[in-house]
Formats: sequence, structure tokens, C-alpha cells
Amino acid sequence: MEARYGPVHALHGISLTVDDGEIVAVLGANGAGKTTTLRAVSGTVARRGEVVFDGRRLRRSPEAAARLGIAHVPEGRGTFSELTLLENLRLGAYTRGDGLEENLERVYGFFGWMRNRREQPAGTLSGGEQQMLALARALMSRPRLLLLDEPSLGLAPMIVREIFGIVRRLNEEEKLTVLVVEQNATVALESSSRAYVLEAGRVALEGPSDDLAKDEAVRRSYLGY
Amino acid sequence: MAELLQQVVIGLSSGAIYALLALALVLIHRATGVVNFAQGEMAMFSAYVAWQLVQWGSPYWVAFGGTLVLSFAGGLLLQRVVMRPVENAPVLTIVIVTLGLLLVFNGLATWLWSGEVRTFPPNRPFPTRTFDIGGVVINVQDLGIIAVTVLLVAGLWAFFRFTKAGLALRAAALYPESSRLVGIRVGWMLGVGWGLAAALGAVSGMFTAAAFPPLEPTMMQAVLIYAFAAAVFGGIDSPLGAVVGGLTLGVFLNLVGTYADDLQDLGFPVDLEGLRLPVAFVFILVLLVARPQGLFGRASARRV
Repeated sequence: MEARYGPVHALHGISLTVDDGEIVAVLGANGAGKTTTLRAVSGTVARRGEVVFDGRRLRRSPEAAARLGIAHVPEGRGTFSELTLLENLRLGAYTRGDGLEENLERVYGFFGWMRNRREQPAGTLSGGEQQMLALARALMSRPRLLLLDEPSLGLAPMIVREIFGIVRRLNEEEKLTVLVVEQNATVALESSSRAYVLEAGRVALEGPSDDLAKDEAVRRSYLGY
Repeated sequence: MAELLQQVVIGLSSGAIYALLALALVLIHRATGVVNFAQGEMAMFSAYVAWQLVQWGSPYWVAFGGTLVLSFAGGLLLQRVVMRPVENAPVLTIVIVTLGLLLVFNGLATWLWSGEVRTFPPNRPFPTRTFDIGGVVINVQDLGIIAVTVLLVAGLWAFFRFTKAGLALRAAALYPESSRLVGIRVGWMLGVGWGLAAALGAVSGMFTAAAFPPLEPTMMQAVLIYAFAAAVFGGIDSPLGAVVGGLTLGVFLNLVGTYADDLQDLGFPVDLEGLRLPVAFVFILVLLVARPQGLFGRASARRV
């Protein structure tokens, strides 16, 4: 797959797979093409090559991707900040016909604090809360594939642990498949089963996360010890 | 006092007409960041459609409903066919396209129905009776226009506030990128926004023909200016502001007209009666100097 913004090539031919029920991480420095990778999957950037989901070729349309069950939590979290927390969750369930109440209860099961703050404008939540709301919004669509763009960005380490903890729980309890892009390699490798390392728009390394965590080059470049 | 109250009701009724068109302008501005200069002519065209339906034998209120449906469909079609190709063009280009539409609708109406003035509706939509409440004489038509406007605005508010489609429309207008990611077809939502705006404008047009006869191709041009004033007054992105702005402006202008003579007697140098349009501008100017974001708008800062 290749992707570009106007004349600028951001991805020079990468190939990656995510199996059902897996958490796969994509690591890399700034500008390596991590965000673009997710955007190419959901169809929010011009791409060449193909994205196959559940045996079907996807056309380049974020609306269509969402309808097939791909939930993309974008860079910057995509919060509907003027709308209330509850309205954000309702929008998450936009592609689902019914079962809103039941779906809300399920999400409150993971994020108990949301129950009492439904009417709060989403823009007034803290950064960590907004990240959780973005995750909750994605869950409302009962996705088959969750695309997570740098959930750790700008958050305190404790909150980052909490968020990845929830992602792991979702993976275990609901068999949620996740493709997560992260600069925080430590937490991403801990939480995922496999990982890819991108460098300048190409896959430089790939393998089981445990092996990558032990890899000399990865440790020096991304884990910093 | 009785006369004042009477004039306030009359002002509210014409204010309602401005408010409806202002609301249409706000709907489109919120969704696309563009002022639709053709909104007034679209409303005028809708009024002619209603007139034509009545000519063909339809009762007034049936024609009214039919025109709402046709205008909604027309607005939606216009967005999909004419506005969509220029969606990503610079704002100036889009503005020019809406100015083009203004001319097209004006020309089309003149060509189809000729420029000659007509009385519409032939039978008034509301009874021509008046109420007398303690010396305050109120026209049923004025009350009717106010009532229909209140119903429409309340219905629209409930639609945006409580329905899934309304929520999706609000989301698509404010956050197109995020909306696409949750599966909202943003393009169609813009079309629906244009449809709703056209329908609101249609009511404004039909009431203009009834309250300020005759029906003629130029009848909405002053109303459009007042609607702009009302929308800007309320803060161009605030639906509530547009309604409050429209009503306020209607009352204000009517009082200016009513008491122009008295003002002159008191030594005011000019007769304001004939100067309503400039007075409307002064009204906006004063407000914008005092409160640049409009009455209900929010101040926005941009880092440069």
C-alpha cells in the first residue's frame, strides 16, 4: 500500500496484516508514516494498493469503512467538543440501528465515570477523559477493527497505563481487534502481540512484540535504554 | 400604551418573517461557512410555486405544505448538483456561485410568471378579523404568522436536539472529519441542510407575499437585507440569535416607522419612515461595534 498527501509520498509501499482478535502495534518516529497508515486503512487519505477487510476490498470512503465496522480514533481524538458527552456516544453508535441503551450500559461498564457526566460538553473534559471518550465513542459502534492513533499523546503515564489497560480488557473480554499506532514503544509493545516498526514510510522491522522488545536496535532507537 | 403594544405585535409579525429567512441563512452558514446570497430569491421562487399551486386549484394551506416539500427537495437538489462541485473551492468562488443563483432564480421567476405584480394569496391565509384586547387591536394574520413561526422554530429545535438525524446534521456541520469516521454521510447532510433552509425560506416568502403584497420577483430583496441584519445581529452561527435578531429588528423597524412623525415633531431632522433600510444598517453597525461576535455568537480567536 502507498499513500500520499498531494505530491508528498508518506508511505512508500508497506504491507501489514492484522488477524482477528489481535492487538497489533505500529511504532516509529515522527513522520515515519504511522498516522498515514491508519488513515490509509480508513480511507481518509489518498492511497494506492489495496486494503482487504474480511476478504473484501475496501473502497476509499471513511463512511463506508465505518459502516463495515472499522472504528478510527484519529489523531487529536476527533472529539465533538461542542456536543455533550452523551451526544458524542450517540454519534459513535450512528451506524447502529437499535440497542442504544444496552450499548451505553456496556460502555459505562468500562468507563463508570461517564454515567454521571453525560450532559457535560465534551470539550470541557480533561485530555485523558477525552481520550477515553474517543475510545468509548468507537466502542459504541461495536467495531470489528479499532484503529487507535497515539492514545498516549499528551497524557500522564498513569493515564496512559489505564487506557492501554482498558484496550487490553476489551481485547480479552470482547475479542476486539486493534491496530494501534504509538510513539510510546514501551507501553505499546507490552500491550500488543505483534508489532511493526516504520521508518520513513517503509516497514523496517516486524515480529512478535516480545521479540521486538528484546531487539537491540529497537531498544536503542525506541525504548531508550 | 395600547398603540405601542399594537405596533409591537405588528413588528413581531414582520420580525418573524425576517427571523425565518435569517434562520435559513444561519443553517447554511453553520454547515458550510458561506452566506447564501440566493436565499431570498429562492424564497421568492417558492412563493411563486405556492401561488401556482393555488392557481391550479389547491387550497391555500395544502399549497403551503406542498411548497414546503417541493422547496426542501429543490434545496437538496441544488446543493447536490450546483454547490457540491465547488464545495472545496475558495469561499469567494462559492459566494459568486450563490450570487449567480440569485440572478438565475430572479430570471426564472420573471420568465415563468412574468414580472407583473400579483395578489397572493387571493384568499388570505388567515381570517381578516381583528381582536380587541383592552384597546389593543390585533390582526389575526399577525398572530397567525407569529404562531406558525413559533411552531416551526420549536419543531426545528426539537428535531436538532432530540433526533438521531438532527444530531448527525449538527455533527456534520461542525465536525465533518470526525463525522465521516463515525459513518455519517456528510455530503448528504449538507444537502439536507440546504433543503431545510429552502423550506424555511419558503415560509418566509409565502408570508412576505401575504403580509407585504404584492407578489413580485423583487419582493424578497429588502427582506434578505433585514434577514442578514438579523443573522449578524444574533451572531451569524446562532439559530437562537437569528430568531431573536429577526424579532427585535422587526419590532424596532416598525416602531421607527410608527413614531417617525413624532420624532420629527420633536426636532429630529429627517423623516425615518422612508429610511428603514439604512436604519437597519445603523442598527447592525452599532451592535457590531459594541459586540463584534453578535448577540449570541462566541468570540473566536485565531492564532496567526
